[in-house]
Amino acid sequence: MAIAEKDVTWVQPAKLGLFGQLYLPAIVDGLATTVGHIFKKKVTEKYPEQEPTLPSNYRGVHRLNRDADDRVKCVACYMCATACPAHCIDIVAAPAPAGWKDREKYPETFVIDELRCIYCGMCEEACPVDAIELTTLYDLTGLSREQMIFDKEKLLSVFDMTTKAGTDPVRSRAGALGPASEAPRK
Amino acid sequence: MRLGCALLFTEEIMPEFNLLTTALLIGGVVFVVLNTVAYLILAERKVAAWMQDRIGPNRVGPWGLLQPIVDGGKMFLKEDVIPAHVDKIFFLLAPMVAFGTAMLAIAVVPVGSTVAPPLPVMSVKATGITSPDTPLDRYDAGQKTYREGMTFAIAPGLDIGILYVFAIGSLAVYGVILAGWSANNKYALLGSLRSSAQIISYEIPLGMSILGVVMMAGSLNPEQIVAQQLNGDSWNVGYMPLAFLLFLTSVFAECNRLPFDLPESEQELVGGYHTEYSSLKLGMLLLAEYAHMITTSLLMAVLFFGGWHFPGITSANDASLYGTTGEALIRTGVLAAKMFCFIALFLLVRWTIPRFRFDQLMSLAWKVMIPLSLMNLICVLIVLQFGLPKWTMTIASVILFFAVGLWGAIGGGNVSAPKRAVVKLPRGLPAGAV
Repeated sequence: MAIAEKDVTWVQPAKLGLFGQLYLPAIVDGLATTVGHIFKKKVTEKYPEQEPTLPSNYRGVHRLNRDADDRVKCVACYMCATACPAHCIDIVAAPAPAGWKDREKYPETFVIDELRCIYCGMCEEACPVDAIELTTLYDLTGLSREQMIFDKEKLLSVFDMTTKAGTDPVRSRAGALGPASEAPRK
Repeated sequence: MRLGCALLFTEEIMPEFNLLTTALLIGGVVFVVLNTVAYLILAERKVAAWMQDRIGPNRVGPWGLLQPIVDGGKMFLKEDVIPAHVDKIFFLLAPMVAFGTAMLAIAVVPVGSTVAPPLPVMSVKATGITSPDTPLDRYDAGQKTYREGMTFAIAPGLDIGILYVFAIGSLAVYGVILAGWSANNKYALLGSLRSSAQIISYEIPLGMSILGVVMMAGSLNPEQIVAQQLNGDSWNVGYMPLAFLLFLTSVFAECNRLPFDLPESEQELVGGYHTEYSSLKLGMLLLAEYAHMITTSLLMAVLFFGGWHFPGITSANDASLYGTTGEALIRTGVLAAKMFCFIALFLLVRWTIPRFRFDQLMSLAWKVMIPLSLMNLICVLIVLQFGLPKWTMTIASVILFFAVGLWGAIGGGNVSAPKRAVVKLPRGLPAGAV
């Protein structure tokens, strides 16, 4: 429906004064701005030589966190695989080894297809024990599709690498697992 | 009868030109201009980057200095596409016309000092006259100085120099129109139509603004104009600042530079007249544009800023100070420095003033610049006719400038007000604030 004529208000910008009509002062003013920018600090990051500083909540390559005893923190609850909208996480659970008193299950295999992943971070949000996290590694490359399928060892090595490099310190409470890992009380 | 013929037998003696020197000079100028154009494109990208707080091309060579060579190589090696729907002859002709006219205009710009060859004389083979100052003797002396002197213009002593530049410069629009028409593409045609309208409009203030300069020098020869500025107390820009301003603005329009780059506005016309061009032909069109910038910058330096003259560095007796080679180098250097200042201004303005609308462009030319240049011309005429001191021209220029500004401010300028009831915004508020 067309707008009624009475509802329309036509506006006109204010007329230019003498200063504006001379044009030159405004042009000189504009030139001063542009020339000023020439000598300003540049914002360019010379990428291959200069790595960008990323915020710690950047969503890059995944890692599987280790606990204080260097064991994988994951309890194979499948919550990340369930939450994943791209269905890129594949876990095979197995009963926890005999010495592991704090949990019933652990992941026998834990595979993420980094090519299918959309890096939404929902696995990290879903994880009840802060086992899976997204790091600030952004330059992920590979020579084949197979190389881009990360297994448990690879994901654990990402943890080792990023914590050692200090780019992604352990964000969760290291050591004890959360309440989700505890056996139901009788 | 036979006797009479023998007595009045006349012969026209034509001057001999330094063909080798001229050929070398042509080669040198073309080489320098082509390389300058290549590096202008780099400069344009660099300056654009700096103004946007970026670094710009920095990968090829130190600070990206080899970028133009790589770009040129890319232009050469790219596939040369001639679309099926174009008019082939004109499509191929257009870049050549554009490039050729752009290069031709540089021929008369005096880069340094010049010695013109003598004019042809009619010699009467008469035996009676033996005085040392016959026209023939003067001719020989002129030929001798021409042969010995160094010449730093491709066509020295061209008395119609400025006229020639303008004639050739206006021909450049043929390249644009041919390109736009032959491309058989609406965007290209619109671009070339805009270009023709724009160039025809701005040719008028361009020509009228330099008439004052020409009248002061009494010659269309660029060398004479430089010599006149040397003899006067100030460069022409000091006497005719308004004429310079009009010339500068017109030159921006002639060169299709922002804020007047409507013929090739990328956002509206997908590149305008060169939409259908690729590879080397596109390169030639772009090269012609940048060569045009170089020519007009040189012209501005020659017409308004004393050519190769700079107080304290160069003067009329450079040859005795620096030697012939030194004179050539230092004068070329001064002129080149002035040219690069103007080119820097071209690059700076590009990122300062946004593009005009086409009606604004036309109304600026026809309603403001042409009347203003006419009035300026009248002022110069009055000053020269009545022998008033030259500085009165400066005052007249300033008064004219402010008077026109005031007129615009009182009369509402050339803003075409909509013919409907409007709510006036308070001063300082942007449109749409109420």
